[in-house]
Amino acid sequence: MRYSVFSLARQALGGHKGWGPAWRDAAPKAAGYDVIIVGGGGHGLAAAYYLAKVHGIANVALLERGWIGGGSAGRNTTIIRSNYLLPGNEGFYEWSMKLWEGLEQEFNYNAMVSQRGVLNLIHSDAQRDAYARRGNAMRMHGVDCELLGVDAVRKMAPFLDYEQARFPIQGGLHQARGGTARHDAVNWGYARAASALGVDIIQNCEVTGFLTDNAGAVTGVETTRGAIRAGKVGMAVAGRSSQLAAKAGLRLPIESHALQAFVSEGLKPLIPGVITFGAGHFYVSQSDKGGLVFGGDIDGYNSYASRGNLPVIEDVCEGGMALMPMIGRARLLRAWGGIMDMTMDGSPIIDHTPVPGLYLNAGWCYGGFKATPASGWCFAHLLATDRPHETAKAYRYDRFATGHLLDEKGMGAQANLH
Amino acid sequence: MRIPCPFCGPRDSREFVTRGDAAPVRPAQDAGEAAMFDYVYLRDNPAGEITEWWYHASGCRQWLRVTRDTVTHAVAGASLAPDGTA
Repeated sequence: MRYSVFSLARQALGGHKGWGPAWRDAAPKAAGYDVIIVGGGGHGLAAAYYLAKVHGIANVALLERGWIGGGSAGRNTTIIRSNYLLPGNEGFYEWSMKLWEGLEQEFNYNAMVSQRGVLNLIHSDAQRDAYARRGNAMRMHGVDCELLGVDAVRKMAPFLDYEQARFPIQGGLHQARGGTARHDAVNWGYARAASALGVDIIQNCEVTGFLTDNAGAVTGVETTRGAIRAGKVGMAVAGRSSQLAAKAGLRLPIESHALQAFVSEGLKPLIPGVITFGAGHFYVSQSDKGGLVFGGDIDGYNSYASRGNLPVIEDVCEGGMALMPMIGRARLLRAWGGIMDMTMDGSPIIDHTPVPGLYLNAGWCYGGFKATPASGWCFAHLLATDRPHETAKAYRYDRFATGHLLDEKGMGAQANLH
Repeated sequence: MRIPCPFCGPRDSREFVTRGDAAPVRPAQDAGEAAMFDYVYLRDNPAGEITEWWYHASGCRQWLRVTRDTVTHAVAGASLAPDGTA
């Protein structure tokens, strides 16, 4: 069913009893598939959708061990932006932003994409230089951004603490096209659109191993719902990439870490866009429901727990108090954690693996949500054509061995510092 | 998380700085590029028991080898890092 004001009116007249499930709850086909995508997060769902839509490959199974969107796709802080510095990143994230801009019309689902602006605050001359450089890099890629003085920032966010002794606010880098989107709706929208094109979305189906032929090429997967054959298998299981890759005999340049996120009680409209306080490791936006959604650093040690610990909660809240003291009047409603694939250079991998027939989409660190559309697009392109997409050429599997790192923050091979 | 420091007793993890996985061992000078690549970049990234380096910065200022579960965050034990390993 196509969603529109007319379908809404028709259903309203019928007492809303005619709405069907948004996607089919499929069972594995005995005949197998052209492509299996492992992982029912946003990236896997988007890849399945674009495989069917752009490349005409609809004989696709998407396998999810729990329910779709139950991992990091439903745990992030919903920010979209394309304010990157390095050439290998900026083109990709801008492609993602362009896809965000047309997404809801494209898949006929309200993903609540809201381009309310992303503001990175500046607190020192050195930080201004760094943001000016980043802004110039963005503009050279044709991306919008503006370096703001303190007066312009004051107009935008009068409630910040501008005279704070340690980190006085001196300006900001603003990307007006950045903003937020509803993370669950993005997953559901992609799932619904992919299912309508013929993709089988198979939930409660955990991959327990890979099927291989005599030459060692992957020809399918073993799952808790039986063996499923496929011509190609793509992994999009960020957070658990090392675990799944190990079943194919691969070791990845990835560590899994916990990142926490927080939401306050619902408040009246207060924060105009997304505000990041890089110096204090805190960022905040306000959801349409009114909650202040915020977060900070990863906890710093390897974790598969999907929850963090109290020291980082305290640290993030201190960052919030330092930036906008009035946040202390709001009560914290929830805190939760997600598992991040932290790579050794802070950038993702979308590439072939050394195992024939096995493709990898991994290593999104804590920046995967904004990348969802382009990640799906580029992974679908790779799966369909066996060539990397133009904007994702830098996300090579072998770049750690060859030295072609994509270290946006210049931190070196220390996964918990990216 | 509490880490049972052999000198200071069980202490809150916020007194410590983590250096991460203790499994990688620096290869010999002549071990070659592949061994160095493995050491610098590749990780087992276990879901379960892991050994890690933690530095007791706000305590005895010693490097410890801590055994911890990455799924439950339970700390099984800690010992002093032998000289030259941390």
